[in-house]
Amino acid sequence: MSPDSPAVIELAGLTRHFGERTALQDVTVEVPRGATLAVLGRNGAGKSTLLRVLATLLRPHAGTVRLFGEELPRRGWAVRGRLGLLGHEPLLYRDLTGRENLRYHARLHAVVPARVDEVLEAVAMLGRADDPVRSLSRGMVQRLAVARAVLHAPDLLLLDEPRSNLDPGAGELVEPLIGRSSAATRVITSHDPRAALQEADLALALRDGRAVYAGPAGGLDDSAISELYA
Amino acid sequence: MRSAAAVLRKDLLIELRTLETVPAMALFSVTTFVIFHFALDRARLGGQLGAGVLTATLLFAAMLAVNRLFVAEREQGGFDAFLLAPVDRTAMLLAKATALLVFLVVLEVIAVPFFALLLAPAHLGAGLPGLVVMLALGDCAFAVIGTLVSAIAVQTRARDLIGPIVGLPLLVPALIALARGIGPLLRDGGSVLPPGRWVAVLALYDVVFVLVAYAVFDFLLED
Repeated sequence: MSPDSPAVIELAGLTRHFGERTALQDVTVEVPRGATLAVLGRNGAGKSTLLRVLATLLRPHAGTVRLFGEELPRRGWAVRGRLGLLGHEPLLYRDLTGRENLRYHARLHAVVPARVDEVLEAVAMLGRADDPVRSLSRGMVQRLAVARAVLHAPDLLLLDEPRSNLDPGAGELVEPLIGRSSAATRVITSHDPRAALQEADLALALRDGRAVYAGPAGGLDDSAISELYA
Repeated sequence: MRSAAAVLRKDLLIELRTLETVPAMALFSVTTFVIFHFALDRARLGGQLGAGVLTATLLFAAMLAVNRLFVAEREQGGFDAFLLAPVDRTAMLLAKATALLVFLVVLEVIAVPFFALLLAPAHLGAGLPGLVVMLALGDCAFAVIGTLVSAIAVQTRARDLIGPIVGLPLLVPALIALARGIGPLLRDGGSVLPPGRWVAVLALYDVVFVLVAYAVFDFLLED
């Protein structure tokens, strides 16, 4: 594939081990620009590992991974600035304030300082921006983590349980940033597979690291979902 | 440089806010000097004996900082956040080594006067410029090697053990050069300048480990 390939994500035979354990085995999928891929599977199926490979934090052990046409891990440096990862950890320092954390990330991503207040306002955290992260509730920390993930306006959002700890109001608040209306290409995992499929164009179902379904989100019906989580 | 400055600024801000590392180093050093003062029952330790006490104390105090240097990165996702950014990974090495260097300088600003008060000969004043030169060279060695060792240790479960086990043997040559260079400065009627041979050894050690650290640090951050 050339760098101007229309697919943002191209996985072919992706395999990843942790010691003796195989976390991902021969996973193949393509995600076009602007589309949303829902990654489904039970705990330990390999969803988070897949996101970390896509985030350039883990090396693939076999197969090929291309993001924006650039092959990983060799060309990882070329795509890092275009990724936004929202994972289980907020990637925020507990002893710094929300604003200090975001300013730090803004410096790393060469983002103008004014953008920090912009995203703080977008997640309704301006009022608590100068409180240490350790003093905030889990929901507030998650809102800051959303702000951190979108600070540099990434083209590809990697969202691992993005709405965990968020109440319905906060979920609506972050929708323009990480939801379908964000216009970014998205890979999303969720505890709620039906909700994830509703906002997805494509689905990848994993069982013990193997893809048991890869195709349109509408191709997975209730019985297939129940079987996947059985 | 921009990203290294960002990481350094963040590290210094966290230390200023938590006061977890430098106060512990300073307290350890001062306590050690007090122990030597009473245990040896001598008001003054001149020459090589004084140099040995000073350098060994600073070395062990430095290990406290080495053990904590990457803890926030490991426990609070700092590594992932840094690796997700489009920056040169050497920036982390530069920032962490500089942070450790700053911690060591602050430690010495506190510890050396206590050493002079409790143990050092009256001659220390004349040898002070030479002492500053030797400590600066020693600090560079501690900072670079300490950063490398800390980056290795933090990836392991036994990081509190790995730091000293790997770090101390690597630092022994620097410690010897530092002690031998400082010894003549603390001798009554001794030299005002440190011996050139030991200055050269320490400077060479610094250069070698800066190059080694530059060559291998990227691999330490790799998955």
